Amino acid sequence: MAKIYSKKALASKNLKPKKEVVSFLLSYSQALTVVKIENKSFDIIAN
Amino acid sequence: MAHLHIPDALLVKNYIDGNEVALSTLIKRHESKIYGFIYSKIADRDISNDIFQDTFIKVIKTLKSNSYNEEGKFLPWVMRISHNLIVDHFRKTKKMPMYRETEEFSIFSVMSDDSLTIEGKMILDQVEIDLKKLIEELPDDQKEVLVMRMYQDMSFKEISELTDVSINTALGRMRYALMNLRKIIDKHQIILTN
Repeated sequence: MAKIYSKKALASKNLKPKKEVVSFLLSYSQALTVVKIENKSFDIIAN
Repeated sequence: MAHLHIPDALLVKNYIDGNEVALSTLIKRHESKIYGFIYSKIADRDISNDIFQDTFIKVIKTLKSNSYNEEGKFLPWVMRISHNLIVDHFRKTKKMPMYRETEEFSIFSVMSDDSLTIEGKMILDQVEIDLKKLIEELPDDQKEVLVMRMYQDMSFKEISELTDVSINTALGRMRYALMNLRKIIDKHQIILTN
């Protein structure tokens, strides 16, 4: 059988970020409000 | 599953309009591709998670501030953000490379502690005590020169002035002191090494 000399691909279809990361992002999104006043934008994060 | 056929552009619009579930759908739909892309460049799970998180923080901020204007091209846009963050990451690590312990590389091969072990310290203390006892065995004139030179760190000029002898005499006494010490050590077969 022929040898495979190429490196094993790092990317695999099953790679997923940690659940905690996704959950953080969803909470962050819920808490964040961006207010634009004239040319300035303000990030407001609700507790 | 109900959201599976809704196009990205519509989900983005819904999210901008305040539908938080739309973001969850977008993340679920593309997380594997985006995370896989980051991991393929970074090859470290933790750092890839950090970059994935930073990517979506940018996405969320941009969408919430209504600055998004790439209709229908959500995934390439997110990929571009993550690509830029990957480049930033490599720029940072180039300045300050991070080493991680792997099977082939042990961090302790470049990091070592030169201080003595407890055993080494005890042996060193013992050697010093033995040496002091040996010095006590020397004739007074030799002992005086040796103590001044080795323990009080005085120069031979200072020693000669203090003991009222010539420098050559002080040097000679030092030489005899060392010779006598060696003799005593040899005679009693004392081991004074750590």
